[in-house]
Amino acid sequence: MKKKDKDFSDKIFYWILKILGYGTMVLLAALVVVLLKVSFPIFEKFGLKFFILNDWNPVTRVFGALPFIYGTVVTSLLAIVIAVPVSIGIALFVTEIANSKIKKILSFLVEMLAAIPSVVYGLWGLFVLVPWLRNSVEPFLGKYLGFIPLFYGAPYGVGVLAAGIILAIMIVPTVSSICREIFYSVPNLFREGALALGATHWEMMKLAVVKSSVSGIFGASILGLGRALGETMAVTMVIGNRPQISPSLFSPAQTLASLIANEYNEASNSSHLAALTAMGLVLLMVSLAVNTFAKIIQKRFQMRTGVGK
Amino acid sequence: MKSLSSALSFNDYRRKLINYMMIGLIVLGAFVALAPLFSIFYYVIERGYHNLSWTFFTSLPAPIGESGGGMGNALLGSLKIIGMATLLGVPWGIATGVYLSEYSYGKSSKTLRFVIDLLMGVPSIVIGIFIFTVVVRPMGGFSAYAGAVALAIIMCPIIARSTEEMLKTVPIHYREAGLALGIQRWKVILFILVRGKWGAIMTGVVLGVARISGETAPLLFTSLNNQYWSGSLKDPTSSLPVQIYTYSISPYEEWQMQAWTGALVLIIFVFLINLVIRSFFSNMRDSRD
Amino acid sequence: MKRLVILVLILSFYAYASAAQLINGAGATFPYPLYSKWFNEYNKQKPNVQINYQSIGSGGGIRQLIDQTMDFGASDAPMSEEELSMAKSPVLHIPTVLGAVVLSYNLPGITKLNLTGALISDIFMGKITKWNDSKLQATNKEVKLPDIYISVMYRSDGSGTTAIFTDYLVKISPEWSKRVGSGKSVKWPTGLGGKGNEGVSGLIKQAPGSIGYVELIYAKQNHFSYVNIQNNAGTFVAPSLDTVTAAAQGTLQAMPEDFRMSITNGDGKNAYPISAFTYILVYKNMGKDIGKPLVEFLNWSMGPGQELAKNLGYAPLPGNLIKKVRGALTQIKFN
Repeated sequence: MKKKDKDFSDKIFYWILKILGYGTMVLLAALVVVLLKVSFPIFEKFGLKFFILNDWNPVTRVFGALPFIYGTVVTSLLAIVIAVPVSIGIALFVTEIANSKIKKILSFLVEMLAAIPSVVYGLWGLFVLVPWLRNSVEPFLGKYLGFIPLFYGAPYGVGVLAAGIILAIMIVPTVSSICREIFYSVPNLFREGALALGATHWEMMKLAVVKSSVSGIFGASILGLGRALGETMAVTMVIGNRPQISPSLFSPAQTLASLIANEYNEASNSSHLAALTAMGLVLLMVSLAVNTFAKIIQKRFQMRTGVGK
Repeated sequence: MKSLSSALSFNDYRRKLINYMMIGLIVLGAFVALAPLFSIFYYVIERGYHNLSWTFFTSLPAPIGESGGGMGNALLGSLKIIGMATLLGVPWGIATGVYLSEYSYGKSSKTLRFVIDLLMGVPSIVIGIFIFTVVVRPMGGFSAYAGAVALAIIMCPIIARSTEEMLKTVPIHYREAGLALGIQRWKVILFILVRGKWGAIMTGVVLGVARISGETAPLLFTSLNNQYWSGSLKDPTSSLPVQIYTYSISPYEEWQMQAWTGALVLIIFVFLINLVIRSFFSNMRDSRD
Repeated sequence: MKRLVILVLILSFYAYASAAQLINGAGATFPYPLYSKWFNEYNKQKPNVQINYQSIGSGGGIRQLIDQTMDFGASDAPMSEEELSMAKSPVLHIPTVLGAVVLSYNLPGITKLNLTGALISDIFMGKITKWNDSKLQATNKEVKLPDIYISVMYRSDGSGTTAIFTDYLVKISPEWSKRVGSGKSVKWPTGLGGKGNEGVSGLIKQAPGSIGYVELIYAKQNHFSYVNIQNNAGTFVAPSLDTVTAAAQGTLQAMPEDFRMSITNGDGKNAYPISAFTYILVYKNMGKDIGKPLVEFLNWSMGPGQELAKNLGYAPLPGNLIKKVRGALTQIKFN
């Protein structure tokens, strides 16, 4: 009798936990299914052409995802290009150069950077970064490098460049903290070996630390990319909200997330709403894919070096 | 012979030069990366503190063209939404974490952990669309409930993973000892494992709260906004991040200044939470050493 | 943590105790400055009625009404037949005031600018890209236009202001009508998008060389300069209470029973060509709790409300129209 009671309460406890635990799995599946269901009319109407159509016209009800996919990819890549070298620099500074006091302060400050809410980044971007880009940086680049298509056109301030910079600032904490862990995990033997062979401090960092961590750094970059792709508010506030594909960094653009933030509540008809939901689905799928990819790389890196948990 | 040594020393100089240059570049880069942080602090404080007064915390927003007013309703709304999200997300997150660490083995545990990591990476705006479709539309309106559900979904995986990590640090013999004494398994888990790590688990919870308190995107489609004190949780509800967003893209200077003040309050709130966690962590470390 | 939870509970119960009837509405940003004033003023007079209005754009107002996630919607563009057919039950259009869409620009030192319909179309089509373009200079002989790029600013959300402006462009430019068309969101050939009248105003304020379309009050509140537009009669007209009223007077006879009418590019020597009615949209059948106070408010808006409109630069409705609207309000049934 007693024994049975014991089993029973244990069983209930187990099932409650199991249901709640697997609830997360159900939730993820529901996310995909619900979004797919709402956006189905769009895929039915446009098929796979939806992804390559460079048009977004709520009047004629032609909806294509290409300009938004382009905007998302370009701003995120720009962010990676800026953020990864800086993050490697921070991580090297913390692990290889700074003394323990500076190390502590720097790590603390970088963590603060991660704690700032997206909407505050947007506010700062809109009133501080954008005017600076418009009045100083973009006219300067346009004047001396205007012959390169990247720096061509009117300096609006808002646009791909502003969004890329904001995103870069936002992902530096993520990328640099992973890089730091990776560099810490490089055996001291490597460093000592390099120095013993007569390498300078920089050569030691380059050869012993960075070179042996390349795939880890790659994984960190992919994780940063995953964060940048879905970032919404800060980007919405500085990107200029214009669905177009232009090579210039000065030109306004639109990302999947900023499109949804701008138009979802305001969408005037059901096919417009379905198209926006389809964008949400694309965004969801892309971020799932990128995160999966990052996990795989991380795992391979761990297996090879035995680093990490 | 002589020429060779001079060539070597030239090479040495070059390498030394590059060494100093690169180290300088790294240090410079690290500080450039922090420039935005200082810039944000500077502007948020410089532009935000003017409006920081009792009125800001207690009164409703003023209509366009009239000065004064505050974000009292947005602060209360944020508190309500975050409070409800916590009630929903924390038990769910902890339960999931406990399940992962105590009951789940092998392949299924790997899959579940993977799914939770994926859920953590879902852009918050997508969760906003989802909740709009499954909560707001069927309920017939934007509400604090809907906002809370959205934030709870964002919070749950963070808490689940941190809880799991914390429980894994408990040595296996705690469990064995408990079970050997004839204590039921759920009691072992709740009263020995979870209770023993309660502080650390709460740290994860607080981190989750900090994370959702700045979320804006999902609230746009779920709790929307309200220029009054929302009487019921079923009404559209104002929140601090949404109010900051609305005010910052407005053309009115008074509103923009209010947005800076809102940002100042939000940052102080989030940083206080972070500081509490840090001091807690260093205390724990001290007691362990 | 426990304390926080208790605090939240206490606070929400406190809020419950003081609950007034909350009416939720959303939509047009075009009349938002006025509505914000109206709802605030009305709440002072009747503290037990709170009207929460979110300016999310006309497109949103219409959709939230159709979805029934809001008690009323607001739009500058009347609902289309298709939208009406999607609504759960018949919808009533209540015109509240008249407004003007103005072209605001940010050119330091220049306060007077004349444009014809064709030039406006060319600028928004991206055919004229610099301010010192010879065509612009030819219509504005007395000012020296600077050699800077024109930044076109438009609405990124579904907007009644956009609907009014593009409705006007379609009427005056066959090319616009063919290439772009009219609607609450269109595919802009050039420029930058801002969210709401607020967002576009914010963009114009920030960027020298910009031009964008906003409601008159937004231009006034932000001290923007705005364009005098050549109307049907050939005169360059500045937007004002009088010129907007003139545009309405010219077309009032043709007003249909359901009040859905465009008055852009209207006749009359003094008529401002981009004028429009703005509407509140309600269901003809409403619950009593919401419906009664809402109709009371709408009647109030036809009386004291019209007085407030003038101070904010919106033109009050003509007297005979107010009578018709009050008549229409009696059609609303409560259940």
